[in-house]
Amino acid sequence: MKVLCFGVAKEIVGSSELILDKDKSLTVRELKAYLNTTYPKFLEYKSYVVAINQAYADDELSVSPGDEIAIIPPVSGG
Amino acid sequence: MDEKCGGIDIFVGTVRRWNKGKEVTHLFFEAYVAMAIREMEKIALAAIEKYGIEKISIHHRTGQVELEGIAVIIAASSKHRKAAFEACSYAIDTLKNEVPIWKKEFLVDGSYWVNSRP
Repeated sequence: MKVLCFGVAKEIVGSSELILDKDKSLTVRELKAYLNTTYPKFLEYKSYVVAINQAYADDELSVSPGDEIAIIPPVSGG
Repeated sequence: MDEKCGGIDIFVGTVRRWNKGKEVTHLFFEAYVAMAIREMEKIALAAIEKYGIEKISIHHRTGQVELEGIAVIIAASSKHRKAAFEACSYAIDTLKNEVPIWKKEFLVDGSYWVNSRP
């Protein structure tokens, strides 16, 4: 399962792409729990949102290995 | 220009030297490009529907932007000016909340991702 990382998430994870050894789907909530335990530094920052196939996803949505998944820290464009 | 339109409003967002009492040297913008474009298109369509404007164009830079540099430009044309003003205002406000673009602010003594810390 590939997860794209942007902004501060890229620095926390140390890469713009994260490969997770998840071969079946899980909920966004479960994915966040896994990411926050694997990278506790996330907890020092404002909470991020997850995007699935380029759309914002709420916690109950399920994520599958084939999806385009991205960690979206609070945005600051403009 | 469009003969149906009586006005064009253009918002240009530029880089300020001072922010919250700290001196900025430059900014760096990163975008989740594919999704950012989708979200910007959504904003454009919503602005047309909401304010009945004729046309709207939204541009955002990525990479490094120097002091006084232009980071974002939004232009809207409409029959009457009020709709164009409102559409531009709506578009920049919504862009700042919805579009997956991140701003790293470089200061004289360090840098940080804006809006990332509690």
